[in-house]
Amino acid sequence: MTSTPSTLFAKLWDAHQVLLREDGASLLWVDRHLVHEGSHHAFAKLAERGLPVAEPALTIGVVDHYAPTRDRDRIGDPDIARMIRTLEENTNRHGIRCFGMRDPRQGIVHVMGPEQGLTLPGLLINCGDSHTSTHGAFGALAFGIGATEVAHVLATQTIWQKRPRTMRITVTGQLGPSVTAKDLALSWIAQLGADGARGHAIEYAGPVVEGLTMEGRMTLCNLSIEGGARCGMVAPDDVTFAYIKGRPFAPHGAEWDRAVQDWRTLATDDGATFDREVSLDGATIAPTVTWGTSPEEALPITANLPDPAQLQGARADQARAAMDYMGLTPGQKIDGTPIDQVFIGSCTNGRIEDLRLAAAVLSGRRAKVPGLVSPGSALVKAQAEQEGLDRIFTEAGLEWVASGCSMCVGMNGDLVAPGNRCASSTNRNFKGRQGRGARTHLMSPAMVAAAAVTGTITDVRPLLAGRV
Amino acid sequence: MAGFSIIQGPAVALPQDNIDTDQLIPARFMSVPRKDGYGPYLLHDLRFDAGGTPRPEMPLNRHAQARILVTRRNFGSGSSREAAVYALVDFGIKAVLAPSFGDIFASNAVNNGLLPARLPEDRIEAMIARLGDKAEEMTVDLTDGVIRIGNEVIPFDLDPIWRLKLINGWDDIDMTASHGPAIAAFRAARAKAAPYAMLDGMT
Repeated sequence: MTSTPSTLFAKLWDAHQVLLREDGASLLWVDRHLVHEGSHHAFAKLAERGLPVAEPALTIGVVDHYAPTRDRDRIGDPDIARMIRTLEENTNRHGIRCFGMRDPRQGIVHVMGPEQGLTLPGLLINCGDSHTSTHGAFGALAFGIGATEVAHVLATQTIWQKRPRTMRITVTGQLGPSVTAKDLALSWIAQLGADGARGHAIEYAGPVVEGLTMEGRMTLCNLSIEGGARCGMVAPDDVTFAYIKGRPFAPHGAEWDRAVQDWRTLATDDGATFDREVSLDGATIAPTVTWGTSPEEALPITANLPDPAQLQGARADQARAAMDYMGLTPGQKIDGTPIDQVFIGSCTNGRIEDLRLAAAVLSGRRAKVPGLVSPGSALVKAQAEQEGLDRIFTEAGLEWVASGCSMCVGMNGDLVAPGNRCASSTNRNFKGRQGRGARTHLMSPAMVAAAAVTGTITDVRPLLAGRV
Repeated sequence: MAGFSIIQGPAVALPQDNIDTDQLIPARFMSVPRKDGYGPYLLHDLRFDAGGTPRPEMPLNRHAQARILVTRRNFGSGSSREAAVYALVDFGIKAVLAPSFGDIFASNAVNNGLLPARLPEDRIEAMIARLGDKAEEMTVDLTDGVIRIGNEVIPFDLDPIWRLKLINGWDDIDMTASHGPAIAAFRAARAKAAPYAMLDGMT
């Protein structure tokens, strides 16, 4: 039997297409719909129409965006308390499973989903959050949607979408010591731009991607949106299956064997073509940090800032505005820039492996600046405590707190003060993202730990040498 | 939502790249119910200084009657928060013209009757230069796919699916209601082909 070679993306898309409208819009079936406090607009839309939730069993709620990271038993801010209560009421009313504040499975939605085995290869996963691209690490078709679309998925378990173009990013060679998936992601975004993958579904491939752990693949897919992509994905393999096996919501027994058999057929066929192909050499990637107010404004730690005088038109304006906001000067070295505080956590880098690497840098050392470490989920927190990582962080002088989106988005009140410079393992260095006037530098958790130890943005490689 | 094919009103320029949705509406305003209105929060930290005083140099402060926004690449990138669109719409903005948009933002915009029109970068830069810090009357014609300003007629890009949706004022939930049987048949086939895709409900 011969058939046209197909991409992972095409196989996922075609398996979910309920119908194709004349104008080119596809109606897709949604296997998992994740909701959080921000979904209140969508539940309100549903209530206005008097509609039920079509598939409560396929809808899962979790408290993350507003979750307090301290004093959870008495939430002081009435707005935050109301946001959390509203989610718990909405999910309760519609018979939706919800991992609330007191649930031991609570965590950031993109950490919790994979951890619980709710995220599986071959699924279509939606959530009203742009970092839903994270789940693509499992060979799922996963993308963020807006409130109107969340209401549509709640009401119908389907979503209208225009088929994106395809793009493959192949990473050859191997990553150097202390260079992580975060560095790889910031590096491609710096090359292609924050809208470089706009309108595309990315498949990450090549020996470097195959060599990444699931945590690394999730970091890579998570940041797809920062390069403008609709979604990012990695073909499922034995690394994927080993991660999923035995998780609470994963299939078991004979169902597991059958599922794995299906999942093995998802990989892109030899000879399948992509609308765009990009290739990167893993060996050329250094630890990477952002200097500006867009993830595309990223540099290897060894490099100097650009000089707006050498740029043209809009690009020069952008660089000048970013340097002005960030309090940096044209052409300066990024290495050695003093920081005020650090943050380790988020859906990008709040998993156990991230904490282990940061702890490897901090072990036996003291942080020169204050900082917050917020594990990606309550289970990550428990695991880290079992491994003694919490003591490494606290002995270094950092604060060890509960899980949530925390200082990545600041909705729970974990904010960076105006003008303060924060080395952060998060995903967005946008103006005001971590608080009004906050200056964010994105980097890997290891690089954040190095910044904590030296009080400056610095190269983690000498600090990690011989430790991992 | 009512459909439309003509947008007419004052256009202003906001010559910045990468205006992300965190800038369009800072996270701290997002717990507000929609019925309270999001207009006051639009580009809040750009429009107001730390003490809450409007910045006079900000075009949207000087031209509160603006209906069309001309801006640079990657507008609406970042967070999927639909509140960014609510802020624009509640302020009175009907169309945004830019070289590129964040995908999720553009989709949210169309779902709320806000037009995300794409133009080549050189056209946008010429428009920004023409507008300067003034507001100028502009017409956007969805049927012909052109923008009229002064004597100029400039084509713009819009996905045909979205063009139809805006003109007809289609609502997706209503549209999907007519496909109930197809969805039910799909669900049954999906449960058979991929049992792992289904979950038991709460007991």
